[in-house]
Amino acid sequence: MSDMRQLYQEVILDHNRKPRNFGSILAANRHAEGHNPLCGDHIRLTMNVSDNKIETIAFEGEGCAICKASASMMTGAVKGKLVQDAEIMIEEFRGMATGTLDPDGQDNHLGKLKVFVGVKDLPSRVKCAILPWHTLHAALNPALNPTRTESSISTEGEADPVSDHA
Amino acid sequence: MKAENLNFDRFDIGKVRADFPILALQVSGKPLVYLDNAASSQMPQAVIDRIVQYQTAEHSNIHRAVHYLSELATREYEEARVKVQHFLKAQEAREIIFTRGTTEAINLVMHGYGRAFIGKGDEIILSGLEHHANIVPWQMLAQEKGAILRVIPMNDAGELLIDEFEALFNEKTKFLALTHVSNALGTVNPVKKMIAFAHRHGVPVLLDGAQAAPHQPVDVQDLDCDFYAFSGHKLCGPTGIGVLYGKARLLEKMQPFQGGGDMILSVTFEKTTYNVIPSKFEAGTPPIMAAIALGAAIDYLNGVGLANIEAYEKQLLDYATGKISALNGVRIIGTAAKKAAVISFEIKDVHPHDVGTILNDDGIAIRTGHHCAQPVMQRFHVPATARASFAFYNTKQEIDKLVAGIRKVQEMFS
Repeated sequence: MSDMRQLYQEVILDHNRKPRNFGSILAANRHAEGHNPLCGDHIRLTMNVSDNKIETIAFEGEGCAICKASASMMTGAVKGKLVQDAEIMIEEFRGMATGTLDPDGQDNHLGKLKVFVGVKDLPSRVKCAILPWHTLHAALNPALNPTRTESSISTEGEADPVSDHA
Repeated sequence: MKAENLNFDRFDIGKVRADFPILALQVSGKPLVYLDNAASSQMPQAVIDRIVQYQTAEHSNIHRAVHYLSELATREYEEARVKVQHFLKAQEAREIIFTRGTTEAINLVMHGYGRAFIGKGDEIILSGLEHHANIVPWQMLAQEKGAILRVIPMNDAGELLIDEFEALFNEKTKFLALTHVSNALGTVNPVKKMIAFAHRHGVPVLLDGAQAAPHQPVDVQDLDCDFYAFSGHKLCGPTGIGVLYGKARLLEKMQPFQGGGDMILSVTFEKTTYNVIPSKFEAGTPPIMAAIALGAAIDYLNGVGLANIEAYEKQLLDYATGKISALNGVRIIGTAAKKAAVISFEIKDVHPHDVGTILNDDGIAIRTGHHCAQPVMQRFHVPATARASFAFYNTKQEIDKLVAGIRKVQEMFS
């Protein structure tokens, strides 16, 4: 399998073509927007959290296949999870994408999300894969942006909302 | 010069390619196909050698000491200025100011001219094709002064609407900042006509020549522009050097940009007397090596011939346009009748970023994104495009590889 086939696996291409949980939840009690100014990726997450549990979650926006598939699979993976468990997955996904976590050698909860392990070799694409997860982190932590009515994060530059605030 | 008049005796693509050591590079195990020249061009051995020679045996600070190296470096630096003068066909060498790049050159005009001569309620005309570097400085000025930006719209081909342009002028119009060639679409604007119109209203004109100067002969006196800006690194030179040409009478009445050494005649704590142009605008130690290397790059381009470069690149553009527009599911964005060798495109249902990553796997370097021209992207309702931009060292075989790469992307995403 070539490097490209390694990254653009059928499961990723499928989620890109037919993203799951695509749209927005009207009565959402948490929401956040994420931007990647480098390539114009833009994700808007809406969700309902009650009793510390992510009951429903949806995303919309524009992005590359890596970003869209990551968002699609993320929504599937965290739906029904406790907030603290979702936060652990955010950390783990970020670790895998930046090469600090080996999903096959270290304990983790990533499961099917391991298909994104290839992005660690493409520094310019790491941000695309991580953007939905940063956005999820911002939505789960509205206090990170107390002056705004809605959380907005960007993967531009060195700013890394997860490590800054985790 | 028409494409069919290309002087093949002088233009030997094999020889040209051999002048650029980086073109022998392998990327992802494949020969590099470098099609990102609008972002930055590559450097021929002659320029690399010139840098080594300067740093090995000629370097010192300039305009200061009386010793051998300082005098040598000063002479080389000022000779580079004369080379730029001739390159732009400027009347005088003192009309050439070295800057860090096109962006700094535009900011210099904004500070030196704009802040002195543009006030509340005045209007600045820009085009919808501008790079952020020719938007944001004027926006900052407008915010500071209470001035207003007016934007020349374009048609679906990416050509400016000249009737609408003319209708924007009124007694409040104080400045026109216009790109010579669009970096995102390749459109070559009818700048000579537009400058003449602006001058009939007494409005000075700055041309952003970053995408024009490397690809066609430029004659600032014939164009009659008041300011012309370009960058060294898009012209086979190094980064960190650029040029602002300005008409002497305008430069003389402008405010300095930065304060410091070299831009003064005398300094006391009560008063500073500024130096004459161009020194007035070159505060501090300039990028001496980069300026001299830019001079060497101009020598190199003159050796190849700007008219040859223009004619050869036109052949590449026509060939690539034919091949890419024949592909199903691929749309070229920017189809102006007069274009530089830039092709922005989108592949149906595939984000440009994915296109760029997959092409890179075949050693093909293109740019993907908004190209620092977000208003252009908004005009065409796309978040980003893929852009192949050609230089005179590219070949039709490389365009064939690009086309094969696009087909591979389509296959993967089908």
